[in-house]
Amino acid sequence: MKNQNIEKLKDYKYGFTTEIENIKSPRGLSENTIKFISKIKKEPKWMLDWRLKAFRRLSSLKEPNWQKPKYPKINYDKLYYYSAPKSFSEKPKSLEEVDPKLIETYNKLGIPLQEQKRLSGVAVDAVFDSVSVATTFKEELNKHGIIFCSISDAIQKHPDLVKKYLGSVIPLSDHYFATLNSAVFTDGSFVYIPPDTKCPMELSTYFRINASETGQFERTLIIADKGSYVSYLEGCTAPMRDENQLHAANVELVALDDAEIKYSTVQNWYPGDEKGKGGIYNFVTKRGACRGKNSKISWTQVETGSAITWKYPSCILQGDNSVGEFYSIAITNNHQKADTGTKMIHLGKNTKSKIISKGISAGKADNTYRGLVDINRKAENARNFTQCDSLLMGNKCGAHTVPYIKNKNSSSIIEHEATTSKISDEQLFYCNQRGLDQEEAVSLIVNGFCKEVLQQLPMEFAVEAQKLVSISLEGSVG
Amino acid sequence: MLEIKNLKASINKKEILKGLNLNIKAGEVHAIMGPNGSGKSTLANVLSGKKDYDVKGSVIFEKEDLLELPIEERSRKGLFLAFQYPVEIPGVSTSNFLRTTLNSIRKSKSQKELSALDFLKLVKEKSAELNIDEKFLSRPLNVGFSGGEKKKNEILQMKLIQPKLAVLDETDSGLDIDALKIVANGVNTYKNKSNAFLIITHYQRLLNYIKPDFVHVLSNGQIIKSGCMELAEDLEKTGYQKYTNA
Repeated sequence: MKNQNIEKLKDYKYGFTTEIENIKSPRGLSENTIKFISKIKKEPKWMLDWRLKAFRRLSSLKEPNWQKPKYPKINYDKLYYYSAPKSFSEKPKSLEEVDPKLIETYNKLGIPLQEQKRLSGVAVDAVFDSVSVATTFKEELNKHGIIFCSISDAIQKHPDLVKKYLGSVIPLSDHYFATLNSAVFTDGSFVYIPPDTKCPMELSTYFRINASETGQFERTLIIADKGSYVSYLEGCTAPMRDENQLHAANVELVALDDAEIKYSTVQNWYPGDEKGKGGIYNFVTKRGACRGKNSKISWTQVETGSAITWKYPSCILQGDNSVGEFYSIAITNNHQKADTGTKMIHLGKNTKSKIISKGISAGKADNTYRGLVDINRKAENARNFTQCDSLLMGNKCGAHTVPYIKNKNSSSIIEHEATTSKISDEQLFYCNQRGLDQEEAVSLIVNGFCKEVLQQLPMEFAVEAQKLVSISLEGSVG
Repeated sequence: MLEIKNLKASINKKEILKGLNLNIKAGEVHAIMGPNGSGKSTLANVLSGKKDYDVKGSVIFEKEDLLELPIEERSRKGLFLAFQYPVEIPGVSTSNFLRTTLNSIRKSKSQKELSALDFLKLVKEKSAELNIDEKFLSRPLNVGFSGGEKKKNEILQMKLIQPKLAVLDETDSGLDIDALKIVANGVNTYKNKSNAFLIITHYQRLLNYIKPDFVHVLSNGQIIKSGCMELAEDLEKTGYQKYTNA
């Protein structure tokens, strides 16, 4: 198994496993498991009660099954819901106390946590399985009154903010996976930007699944108070394993009057091998509320990993003149499947939304864009523009576009454009004739196809994402 | 520089080139003329390595067996094909494409890759020579270009890449007289003692501006007559029939 992994590392360079002793919750989903999680995190009673309420709701909910990619039944009683390095039984107070193996893991992933090597201008929260390992630049951010910490810390130190906003965008009983997350979530990031503050650096969280037979249930909550701005990025990787692992996250964003949140994702979970064995089930609920007037939430996602990606980062445009944006690149190769898109719910007057989706399929993969534009009766002068482009490589893959439009206000303007294209042999021949080999040619053409979305990423990550786009498609053309 | 011996090529079992022979030395300009369907574009495609063809015979380019090399290697070794129909690549700006290809070729020759700034300087200089508006460089490659713009873009790339042998596949088709002069001038200013041209054309028109050293008539997959400029002039007057029937 191990040797096999090393051989395969060529294809997925994040596929290594960190050998580390873990503390795990009892196997399976029960009240005891939830009490275990809450206890080990030393949570206040209100938090435990909230979790238990979600757990009780869960029994009345059914796992959804309307999505295009089907998967074998998940045995929730076999999973571990909490796994943390043993050294975390007492949370390390500083980086010096963190197990060097963990620091090394993040170094290998290109996310240095040590002070001197940190990415300039980017603060990082590193989440390993179920716990946050370290958060950098905390003091610097504190000076501006910005709170950036793990959600576990926030529950302890900022209970009022957490109580007020947690579950306010994704209700407790929203749907099966969201409710499951509410019951068993383990860690994730918490961000609060005070009024009239522009966050001086990029905030980012790096998620790593390491332990086997473990689900990762991250919970992230970002609040941008009146007139503030924040740009946040998350990255994800996991070791190569033959089993499928579940990642069911909830991310909630709240933007108050005149506030703006820019949320970017570079998702590179282990996609499974070329025969479709193993890989992460990435079933994520991401939702943002533009609660205040003139507020703005922008989602950018580059989804290259996971066996199945199933998510719809959405915007609820409550405030008048609020703006929602969704920029997406979803790449599926080999046997990967994706069913992703967005929901733009227009409630306020003069609300605007923009959807740019680029789906790329290669190998035997299947890629679906599914999106909803919903214009409420009271949303005067709402405006939506949607563009969905699909690119096919080879003749064994699939691309599907499923746009839903609900319009109850005649003053709105809704536009939808869609294209499907193929990388043609003529294009490849032309590039080859100008000295590019097959992979350089594909990379150039695909990056051109995705350009509008790549441009949305923060500078520090755009180059990395471009490379990732090329690597995910290596070997996909004859 | 290029030595073609008994070159045969077929596609879907239909033989297009039927034993073609041609020698090109450094410093020479060769023109190949011929009626539709005589195999002119097939010759250009086979030389540059396009798949779909079943190829026999031998082609030696700069002392190497050209037919053994993949397309990009032929390009890196100095073979350039100016396309009759340059393809569109949406989303990829012309300048990005030019820089990526140029640097890939430079890298293969262990030359230093050009920085964005150096490249910009170079490309501005070369574009000006071809009367190409700078705005054109930020447009996606060949997307919505006029026929003339596409052909000028091919010549621009030739001047940037600086190949040893440039094959021009009907570069004159679809050009108005002004564009034709600019393109011809682009070729003439690039021409020197160490490079060579193979110009494929229907008409003598282009050859009024680019003087060939040799003119060949291609018919039914073979070169049936070779001569100098007078041959092209005669063809223009009397047509191909006289030769193809012979």
